[in-house]
Amino acid sequence: MTEFTKEEFLIATMAGLFGTGRFMVSGVNSPIPAAAGLLHERQSPGFFVSIHGDPDRTPFVDGGAEPFDMAAQGRLDTFVFGGVQVDGQANINLVSIGDPGRPKKRFTGSFGAAGLYYLIPNIVLFFPAHSRRTLVDAVDFRSASPLAPAGAFRQGGPKWLLTDRCLFRFDEGQMAFELASVHPGQTVRDIREATGFAYREPRDVPTTPVPDDATLAMIRGEVRDQLAVAYGRFARSCIKDP
Amino acid sequence: MTPSSLTLAEMAALIPDGARLALPSENSGVPVRLIRALIRRGARDLRLVGGPTGGFAIDLLVGAGCVASVEAAGVSLGARGLAPRFCAAVEAGEIEMIDSTCPATHAGFIAGEKRLPFMAVRGVFGSDMLARRRDWTTLDNPFPPHDPVVVVPAILPDITALHAPLADEAGNVWVGNRREVKTMARASALVLATVERIHPGNLINDSAMAPGLLTRPYVDRITLAERGAAPTALPPDYGPDGAMLDAYAGAARTREGFDAWLSDFLNEPGVA
Repeated sequence: MTEFTKEEFLIATMAGLFGTGRFMVSGVNSPIPAAAGLLHERQSPGFFVSIHGDPDRTPFVDGGAEPFDMAAQGRLDTFVFGGVQVDGQANINLVSIGDPGRPKKRFTGSFGAAGLYYLIPNIVLFFPAHSRRTLVDAVDFRSASPLAPAGAFRQGGPKWLLTDRCLFRFDEGQMAFELASVHPGQTVRDIREATGFAYREPRDVPTTPVPDDATLAMIRGEVRDQLAVAYGRFARSCIKDP
Repeated sequence: MTPSSLTLAEMAALIPDGARLALPSENSGVPVRLIRALIRRGARDLRLVGGPTGGFAIDLLVGAGCVASVEAAGVSLGARGLAPRFCAAVEAGEIEMIDSTCPATHAGFIAGEKRLPFMAVRGVFGSDMLARRRDWTTLDNPFPPHDPVVVVPAILPDITALHAPLADEAGNVWVGNRREVKTMARASALVLATVERIHPGNLINDSAMAPGLLTRPYVDRITLAERGAAPTALPPDYGPDGAMLDAYAGAARTREGFDAWLSDFLNEPGVA
């Protein structure tokens, strides 16, 4: 089997979650989502990823509010969110650890997450350091939450949680995650031990497929070249030479 | 207001202690040289509003002790990580942090521009911003399907301070495609603009440039400030000064490092 980096594996796995989407925006400091978007463009013609930091891939001419309006209009349909914590109801925290009024540790802030959580049909949560510190029973601050009052407008929400250990699928009806696959080298028991929230575990959990040679060639070729416009250092250090 | 001979120190004096001051997001026209003059004059208790986010300039003002509160959807140094003085001040309880989310801040500025009392915003349900902010609430849509909708109040800053590539002799300021900067300015009682250069003539007559103008009725003071947004970027004129931002991000990790960096920044020879 061909060798690949952890990042190449995550890029290939994430691209597989973008489905029939048409337009994705990748935000600040998001090289893996940007690369996954570029890969999906090649696997699913008609898909387009906007990359923060690549002017040719930033189709916004009307200021900072325009992407949020595009999400409301249904034109922006794919997005990846990270954060410092995620819990079993898919609440994410980008704000702080401890009492929010006087936090032990302050982070950036919620950015657009709280609004986009209801607007973008395919939201992938990406937490590449899977541990009980990041996948927690209840987040310390809810930057974005799918828990809305009855009758609230909702055309989107979190669908997947991808980590460096496994993939969870979010069941909106149950408001709970289900283990979808474990990455090579991980067991369902490893996942249980590393996860701070309760989730459904089917009897048979498949192993996440590894990228095939054609996919790796694509990542190391065109994807790497185009990614380098915004993420030169990442493209050189985390993706192998073709 | 036609371009004036106001110095940056004189312009900074128009921003009183305690003012609610709106600033553009990073790389969208942050008036860094004006902010330096504001720090030099020893401004206190500023209530900053990020438009809708902030970076280097908010971290600098917080570290310099000029800030009482920050309202923003996020404050960070982008690729250089967390905003160290901002985070330290929030952790120490030295400033009040009013967390927002981008579309809610945009909605607040749009309401402010129209002098409407509030604006509705999609989503935001279940978030701790909605739970913790006493000025945000949920209403029922008065029209079918009568669904619950989050509403946020108008944001009406005392002052918007911005930097732009150019103004013209007629007093129009060209902010390009940063429409949220226009919205923020229109919501504000006072608008202060620093610019790279003055264009001879009137850009109103240039159909390619006119849509990017914040026109004369909105602008109270304009003054020249070459490289006035550096080290942040000012598209399309210049990119970020990476070396200076790297040095800042490193130094500002500690109080002592920040103080030394700030002292050099304030005393840079030959720059007002």
